Parts: sequence; structure tokens; C-alpha cells
Amino acid sequence: MSGQAAGSLRRTSGFLRKELLQILRDPSSIALALVMPVVLILLFGYGVSLDAEHIPVAVVLDDRGSASQDLLARLEGSPYFEPRRVSTVTDADALMARHEVQGVVRIGPDFESRLAATGTAPVQLVLNGVDSNRARLVEGYFDGIVGTWAAARIARGEAAAAPLVTVSPRTWFNADGRSTNFLVPGLVALVMTLTGALLTALVVAREWERGTMEAILVTPLRAAEFLIAKIVPYYLLGMGGMTLCVVLGLLLFDVPLRGSFASLLGVGSLFMLASLGMGLAISSTVRTQFVAAQASILAGFLPAFFLSGLLFDLDSTPLPIRLISHVVPARYFVGASHTLFLAGDLWSVIWPDVLALAAMATLLIGVARRRTGIRIEG
Amino acid sequence: MNDGVVAESLRKSFGPGADALRGVSFAAGRGAITGLVGPDGAGKSTLLRLAAGLLLPDGGSVRVLGLDPDGEVHELRRRIGYMPQRFGLYEDLSVQENLRLFADLQGVVGDRRDEQFERLATMTGLAPFGDRLAGQLSGGMKQKLGLACALVKEPEFLLLDEPTVGVDPLSRRELWQIVDTLVDEHGIGVLVSTAYLDEAERCGDVVVLDRGEVLDIGPPARFAAAMRGRVFAVTPRPGVPPRRLQAALSGQPGVLDVSMRAGRVRAVAAADGEPIADLPALADDVAEVAATTPCFEDAFMARLAGRSERVQVRAPAVPERTAGGRVAVQVRDLRKHFGDFEAVRGVSFEVHEGEIFGLLGPNGAGKSTTFRMLCGLTSISDGEATVAGRDLRRAGKRARARLGYMAQKFSLYGSLSVLENLRFFGTAYGLAGARLRTRIDESLAEFGLGDRRRDTAATLPGGYKQRLAMAAALLHEPDILFLDEPTSGVDPVARREFWLRINAVALAGTTVVVTTHFMEEAEYCDRMLIMARGAELAIGTPAEIRATARSDEHPDPSIEDAFLILAERRTEAFA
Amino acid sequence: MLWLRQVFAIAAKEFLTILKDPRSRFLVIGPPLIQFLVFGYAATFDVTDVAYAVVDEDRSPESRDLLARFAASPDFNLVAQLQGLQEVEQTIDAAQARLVLHVGPDFAARLHSGRPAELQVLLDGRNSNVAGIALGYVQSIVAAWSRGRGARGRGQLEVVRRAWFNPALESRWLIVGGLPVQIVLIIVMLLTSLTVAREREQGTFDQTLVAPIDSLQILIGKATPAFVLGLLDGLLMTAGAVLWFGVPMTGTLPALVAMLAAYSCAILGVGLFLSSLATTMQQALLGAFMVLMPSVILSGFTTPIENMPPWLQHATLVNPARYAVAGCRVVLLEGADLAAIVPFLLPMLVIAAVTMTLAGWLFRRRAR
Repeated sequence: MSGQAAGSLRRTSGFLRKELLQILRDPSSIALALVMPVVLILLFGYGVSLDAEHIPVAVVLDDRGSASQDLLARLEGSPYFEPRRVSTVTDADALMARHEVQGVVRIGPDFESRLAATGTAPVQLVLNGVDSNRARLVEGYFDGIVGTWAAARIARGEAAAAPLVTVSPRTWFNADGRSTNFLVPGLVALVMTLTGALLTALVVAREWERGTMEAILVTPLRAAEFLIAKIVPYYLLGMGGMTLCVVLGLLLFDVPLRGSFASLLGVGSLFMLASLGMGLAISSTVRTQFVAAQASILAGFLPAFFLSGLLFDLDSTPLPIRLISHVVPARYFVGASHTLFLAGDLWSVIWPDVLALAAMATLLIGVARRRTGIRIEG
Repeated sequence: MNDGVVAESLRKSFGPGADALRGVSFAAGRGAITGLVGPDGAGKSTLLRLAAGLLLPDGGSVRVLGLDPDGEVHELRRRIGYMPQRFGLYEDLSVQENLRLFADLQGVVGDRRDEQFERLATMTGLAPFGDRLAGQLSGGMKQKLGLACALVKEPEFLLLDEPTVGVDPLSRRELWQIVDTLVDEHGIGVLVSTAYLDEAERCGDVVVLDRGEVLDIGPPARFAAAMRGRVFAVTPRPGVPPRRLQAALSGQPGVLDVSMRAGRVRAVAAADGEPIADLPALADDVAEVAATTPCFEDAFMARLAGRSERVQVRAPAVPERTAGGRVAVQVRDLRKHFGDFEAVRGVSFEVHEGEIFGLLGPNGAGKSTTFRMLCGLTSISDGEATVAGRDLRRAGKRARARLGYMAQKFSLYGSLSVLENLRFFGTAYGLAGARLRTRIDESLAEFGLGDRRRDTAATLPGGYKQRLAMAAALLHEPDILFLDEPTSGVDPVARREFWLRINAVALAGTTVVVTTHFMEEAEYCDRMLIMARGAELAIGTPAEIRATARSDEHPDPSIEDAFLILAERRTEAFA
Repeated sequence: MLWLRQVFAIAAKEFLTILKDPRSRFLVIGPPLIQFLVFGYAATFDVTDVAYAVVDEDRSPESRDLLARFAASPDFNLVAQLQGLQEVEQTIDAAQARLVLHVGPDFAARLHSGRPAELQVLLDGRNSNVAGIALGYVQSIVAAWSRGRGARGRGQLEVVRRAWFNPALESRWLIVGGLPVQIVLIIVMLLTSLTVAREREQGTFDQTLVAPIDSLQILIGKATPAFVLGLLDGLLMTAGAVLWFGVPMTGTLPALVAMLAAYSCAILGVGLFLSSLATTMQQALLGAFMVLMPSVILSGFTTPIENMPPWLQHATLVNPARYAVAGCRVVLLEGADLAAIVPFLLPMLVIAAVTMTLAGWLFRRRAR
């Protein structure tokens, strides 16, 4: 019995050593596993931001009163806006049409007098709705400025009646609302999918394409030993990519890691195993690199991007999409990762995610095990 | 008690109409080599894969060393060695690392592993290359390394699937020496499939397979003996090119097979005492007809002749231009550098119109590079090359218009139909309108592709693919036809057909330049250049080449013998 | 004449190889369709059904009235009535609710005494975008409620909003309108980057190279099918965006076609360059992937270019997708005609000229 165990260990370690040698000699797998994370994190860190600043707006100020001057000063003082004074509405519209400004703020000639007479006055805000998301943000920023302007007037006693209700927001976990803090934890999932599903699918399909699989099949190497030897190196590579991603996120983009790195490694491991299982299952089924690459992009990469809550909020999507997202492993990892980064080791919160990931990893590796035979035919 | 490979009514199908094996029974014992021969699609690879337990049979049974490849597969794989057709070496691992991997997988460790490595390295001549990446080895070396990997654990039975395809004669001989040693000294059994009929002669028993059925089993000598009295050597009259005689003979009724051997035409008659010499049409050309000793190849070709579609090659009606006319290809001091490495080191030769000119040599001799320079596929580092009267370095495009080219691998568009391929290449070579249509119709008829014109090229059987490739290369009626190892990986029957066609093309006046690994095919060449290490080893007619190698030891060498002798002399001169 | 006929033959052959091989046929049809649906439905920045919980420590008619406004809003979805502030943490941690509305015990009392009352909003900031937008919703509901109580308080401003081109601020218009650009990018890039590499790998390239055809003919012939299929896919997807997702098409068709055509040319050059560089299909695929990712992300497709740091904004100037995304939106939503898109066309044509020249140079160098 121990002789058998020793033989099994030797076969596994022999195949594992081969796998490691191949990784070390093939620049493209290193590139995919370690350079891609850096490229992605830089791209996302700098390139993808939902936070708008210095938004150019045209201001048509037809009123010379101190109240309107005060409002303009507040716009100018805001980091969100870059107001440009224009004299007529026509000029402002022309700037809008040329995309030189994102919005127009117009204060009518009777602003001061109406404010004095009725206590309220209209301010017109015209936005370019093409980028609707940005337009919503501009709206929100502008409301905020108007609110502080009003509060200041009350404080100075210029306005008698206080507003009925003030909204006092307090944001947990990501108090300054930086989108990088939200994007980087999710990005980790994308990087791991690349190594887990794409790279693994390619390397097993390559064995079939180059004919090495046939030579390996007729040796005493068992299917389970084959899988272990394939999983271990790419698991290490994937976790390396993840660590790289986390370190860069912490150093370059000041993303907080409120939970422990150990928990992140633990949950990440489960996700990595699920991804590897997917990659192995794909490549043992399709057996050519071209198809394996496409299949793993469709089944791994795209869902990890779009159906995981990484960038787009799942709760706002139609029901069918939400249902599909439940079979995407990345969804659970992105959820857990957000909590671990921004909230902390809240095990009570992440245990459902952990369970789901564990179940999926088991299932996918099980499928890979079933599909990896000792014969050419499936 | 036979405990090698025993197959009984073995059947395997890959779907309706795709029966690979249809009830195959035979036994291959230990301590002997059993050969598997047959054309493409005979089921040779399927049979070996069934024996290795890579596939499961649909009916019947196969047992290896008394073990069932289904239930006892792990035990089986510990005791056999298997070398697939394209042995899966890890090209990014070194020789040593490949061996080590297979030793680990086979459980060969410690001192025993070191002993084995040393023995195998000596046996295969790979010892000096331990640290070289497998991908950088020559074709022959790769095959030897593949064999070494299959032998790490001294298997009790060895399964080899076409181990010598694409390997030059020298390496081929060495591989067989290794196998012979294993059988003689270690008493293991070997089951080997091969496309080389001379290799079949080295086997104890030969199983002839065709379309999934066993046609015959027995020692090669028995096959040959049955042909006694039906094989003739026909000597042409002086001045008559032997290949013209071959072309004429091939169309004759009662003649099953015609080939070339040592400047004479070898003909196999359909029945005993068939009066080959009496054919009146040949009276003017023939000097002598003599019965000769049959070999396995004669029996094999005769056995299969009735089973496949008979090729009718149009013999040229007009008396052909004789070789030795104007110069079609002129090469002077041709050189090619790849960085520091000089692949071709000053080669000069001429090819005349209507000639078949062979470029021969072992892997890495520089023949492919020379060939690619002549086709305009590789730039010329130094020297001159004129093709069809045009300097390749200046009039590349116009020179190319007069060439036809056929690559080593099937290199037409697999996803396109026969007709679409022909149309594309016709237009690419400037044919259009009625002329294009006429040429396509002629080609379809000439190459027997008419019924398959709508078939997708990739799905054609091997022989048809080759016909299509040739049709595409000849569509624009080139002055010169370049053939790059056109018969590599092609079965013996299709190879014979191919050469008959080439012969006809050349007789019609087209110049042919060909590279090949099969030395017997050199017999078809009017003249040839044998290269080694980037330089000329010998140049001349087959008779002249044979003459340079003639000695008391080898009174009547074949081209292959001559090549081996010349190569050895060169090695000695270097040493 | 012969020259053109040969180019045509190569193009026809390329078309046949793409359309007859099930794998590449899938490439032309599958990904566009999947992306169309996934992007169209999943890629949205709109926030709906915000899950929220409430802690009402006042339990006055006023607080109930205000909270009822949230319950009635289609944007909000009440998931829990919490008994006290101590339950808030658990609710937000477990992501049961995106926000918790907290009404303090003195809410009604302060209102009656004329002092401003406070509504505390506790937000889950993990998804900063959702948090920001949800807060905006809260503010507008509260403002409307205040106005409804007749307390048009002095010092309050009434912001009159109007959005051009997309009055309802539908983010689907934004995403789906930029979709044809991404589809053209992926199709043209994959088809061209694989075209030479595939021939190299399958060994068919030599056979073409020995024919009397020059490099330019081969390149044009190989580029044509990718151009045609990419353009066709792009137009089909635009039609889908308009007909299926209801994005308005206010510009002119020639403007749209010109935009997509110039854009395809710009990518063709990049794809052919990659293809000449790669020796295997795997290298070509990985190379295409490495170009595709940044091109999509830095195109302004999902997030605005203006949000990027200035140095990166400058870098996007060489990205043809940047001009195409902006141009497509201008044509679809802002009613642009051919003249209006010249500023977008010109840079793409410059990029096309540069990349195609480079591709031709490299192809000639590597082919022989």
C-alpha cells in the first residue's frame, strides 16, 4: 500500500515539475498570469472612474444681486465644477452643442427680487443627457451646492425659515465614495479568472493539440494525479497574480484592506479552485486551444466582468440576468471581496459566499475529474 | 503460448459509415517484430490505440500480455511501451527533462534510472544533447528521443505507430537497429505500423490491413515467394529514359505494378507467366526482359491493386522534348545565412527543361532552404538563381508566375471545396474567364476529381488531397514544378500513383524540381543533387551516383545504399 | 485589371474560409449577439429597487408620512423595519439593505417647533456609484415631501432641470449606443489578427506566397472580409439598439456608415500588424486580447474619459475607439449629419493611414 502511495506521489511530483518548467519557459503564460494583472489594475485604477471632477458648465448670470454672486462663488469653489461665465443663453447652448460644457446653469434677471418677495426662486440646470450617468452625478453635485448655499443663508440670518427636513448622510465603508475603492476589490476576481479559466484551458488543450496527451495517457499516470499536477502550479500562479493585484491596489490607489489578508487568501483560494475547475472542464471537453480560449472567455471572463457586480450593480438588472448571475462563481467572490476590503472580516456576512464558492469549486473540479479520462474517447 | 498481442474479431467504428476495424484477428508474439502495413485508412493506428487501451473496442477483443486493456488498463500500462505517430515530446523541455518525466511516470528511480538513462543515451546517440530542448532536435532525433521515452521502463511489449515517418534514411536505419537490439537481447515483442515497405521486410510477420480488414498474415518471405515468376526487370534500350518506359508500361493490361529500380523498370504481372515482354508497343524501347527475385513490395502492391481505383495516367501523345535542352533553373554559388549559421554554403547546379531534378539529403542538410530560395519563399543571402530565365532577386513576381508549387503538408484551404480551391489558385495565377473554366474542367477530369468537385478539401481521403494539390499546382501550366517532399506521410499506393503522374507531367515538357526522403523515389529523377551540411555531396544521374558508391562490398548499390555510403564517407572525411 | 481580379479572388477566398469554418462563423455571429444581450441588459448604471430599511424612533404621524413616500417610490424597496440603531450594523454589513433611514425621537417635535428636523441616511458605500445615486433619490423625495407640506420655506431654491438628448437620463442609451463600436472592434480585430497566423499555422501561407501576387494584394484581400463583416455587424447592432432597446436614431445614416467605416479601417491596420507579428494563433489571440482590453476601457464606453487623470486622457487620443464611441453617440442621440462628425472622422483616418502603412511594412518584411 505504501509502495503504491509512493508511486503515486512520484508520478504526481514528476508531472508537477514538468508543468513548472513549462511555465518558467513559456513567456506567454507568465505574461498572462503576472503582467496582465498589472495592466488590468493600472487600466482600471486610472482608466475606469465613476467619479467626475472639474465638470465644465456654462453659467448665464442675468442677475447682479449678492445672492446669485454667492451661488456662483460656491460653484467656482467646488472641486466638481469648472464654471464658465457666458453672457447669453445662445452662447451657452452653442458651448453645449460643441461639447465644451456638460451643462448650463441659468439664473434669471428676477432672481434676487423673487427671492426677496417669495422666499424662493428658480435656478435652471440644463444637462447633456447623452452620458446619463454623468448627468445624474452633475445633478447630485449641483443639489448639494444649492443646499449648502441655502444653509449658509440661514446661518447668516438672510433667510428666515429653515428647511423642514435636512438630510444628513453618513456613508459606511467607503466614506469618501471613491469608485477605485469599489473597483479594485472586484478586479481581483477578473485577474484570477484569467489565470484560472483561460490559462488552464489553454495549457490542457495544448497537450491535446501537440499530441503530448496521447503519450501521457499510456503511462501509469492516473487522472486524479494529472489534475492535481495541473491545479497546483496554476493555483500558485493565480494566487500570485491576486497578491500582486492587492499589493498594487493598496500602494498605488490607497484602497483600504480592512479585513485580514489571510481571509482574503482563503476565500480567494476557493474562487481560484472554482476557476481552475472550470478551465480544466472546458479544455478536457473541447481539446483545441482556439475553441478553449473562446469558451473560457465566454464562460469565465465575460460573466466575471458583467454578471459579478464588479462594475455594474446586479440589483438593478432585470430578473433573468439576476438569476443567471447566481451560477457565476465570480459573483460570490466579488461580494465577499468587497466586504473583506471595505468592511472587514465579517464572517457572518461572507459565509454564504464561502459556502457557494466551496460548492462550485467541488462541482467544477468534479466535472473536470469525470471528463479527464485515461482514454482518448471521452 | 503466445502472450503478446492477441486480437479476435476486433471491431471499432467512429460512427455510421466510419468503420475503422471490421473484425480483425491476429496474434503478435514476444521476442519478434510484427509489422502492420496498409494504405491510409486501413485502421493501423486504431488497432495500436486499442491495444494501448486508448480506445475501447465495439466488438471482439484484444489482449496484450494476457491483460484486458479495459479492466486491467493500469497494470497494462505499467508493462507496455507505446509510441504514437506524432510522439508527444514536450518541445520546451530538454532531452534530459523529457526522459526524467517519463521515468517518474513509470516509477523508474534511483540507480536504476541512471543506468537506464545511460543505456538509452548510448543506444540512441542522444548522450551529447542532454541539455538541448526537444524542440530544437532534428526530426530523426525527436523520434529517437520519443522511442527512448517509451523504453525508459524496459517494457515487455512495444507498440510503435509509424515511427519513421519524415525521418531521413540514416536515422531510419539507426531506429531499426535499436528496435532489433531490443528484440534480440531483451526478448521483448514489438508491433509496428509502417508506410515503408522495405521496413516490412525486417519484420518476422506482417499483417496486411486494408479498410479495416486483414488481407493476409505471414512472414514477408512467404509473400515474396508467392510472387515468383511474376516479377520482371525490364532494361530500356540505350538512350531511352527508363521513366518513359515506366509510363508506357503502367497503362498496359495485365501489369499490376510498375516501379523503378537501379535504372531498370520493375514490372509485376497479373498472373504467372504473363508475357510482359511481348507487348508490341514496347518492342522498340526494350532491350531485355528478365525475371527477377520478388520482394514484399511486389506482393503488397499486387495484393492491393485490385482493391483500389485504378489510376489512368494520360501518356503524352506527342514525342516529348528530351531532357538536356535549354536551361530552366540556373544556380550559381547560392548561399543562405541565418544569423551566424550558414544553412547553404555555396551550391551550384543547372536543371534542364523537361528534366526531373531531385534535391536529396538528411534532415538539416540545407535542401529545404535551397528549395525555398528557388521558389522565392526565402530571400537569397548571396549567389545567383535564375528560374525560367528570370533572376529571382529582381523579377520575383514575374518569375513566380511561371512556377508551380506543392508543399510538404497538404497546404490548400481545407475549408474550401475542390472547385473553390482550384478557382482561387487559377485566378491567383492570372487565369480568367473561359480559359479558367476550361483549365478547371480539364484538371478535374485528368485527376479524377470530377465527382468530388463540391467536397470540402479537408474531408478528402489522403490520396485525393494529393491529387488536388497537384491539380492546383499545375492549373496554370507552369514551366517548372517545385515539389517539397510531396510524398511524406503518403501511403505506398498513393505514392506510386503520384510518381506516375509526375512522370507524365515531365514527359509533357514541364521541368520538375523535387525534394524527398524516400531514396527509392530518387530513381525517378533524371539527375539529382545530394546535399550534406549545406554543401554538395554528390551530383549526377542515378547511374552516376550509384557508380560513385560502387565497391566490392556493394557491387550493385541502390540509390539508398549509395546515399548511405556517401554520407558515411563524408563523416569519415570530417573525422 | 488582373491586379484587381487577383485581389478579388483573395477576398472571396477569405470570405469563404471565414464563413465555411464553423468556428470562425461563430466568431462573427456568437460574440456580437451575446454582447448585445449582456451589455444591453446587464451593463447599466441605472439604480432601481434600492433595498432599504428604516429605524423610526419617533413613530409620529409626520415620520410615518415621510417614510410612506419612500415605500411608495418605485426606486425603493423596503426590506426591514428595524427596532433600533443597534440592528443597523448587521443589516448593512450583510448587504440586506443598501441604506437605512433613521428618524430620531424628536423629529415631529422639531418640526412643530419650527426647527429643522433631521433624517439620517446610513449608506453602504461598497458600491460608491449606487450609494451616490441612491442618496440623490433620498434628497429629492425629502425635498418633494417638504414642498408638499406647504413649507415652501424662505431661502429655498427651486432647481428646474432639463436634460438634452436623453431627457429621462436612461443609461441604457449610453451603453447600447456605444455597443456597435465595441462589436466592430472585436470582430475586425479578431478576424484580421488571426488571418495571417492561421495560414502560417495551417501551412497554407507558402502556397499563396509562391503565387505571382504582391504583398499589397494579399493585405487588401485579407482586410476586405473583416471590413465588410465588421461594418455589417456594426450596422446590425445599431439597428438592434434602435429597434430592440429603443435608443433614438436622430442622426443621418451616411454619417453612421462613414463613422463605422473609418473606424474599421483604423482597427484593420492594428489587426494586420498583430497578425504579421504573430507566428501562432495563440500569440495572435493573446496579442489581440492585450489590445482589446485597453481599447474598450479607454474608449469612454462605460466610464467617461473626462474622469481619467489628464495624462491618461492624452493617451486615449491614439485610441480609435474613443472617437468612434463619441461619434456614434453624437449620431444616434444628438442628430449629427456627415458634416458634424468630421472632427471624429479625421483622427480615425489618420490612425488608419499610420497603422495600415506599418502593417504593410511589417508584412513585407516578414513574408519573405
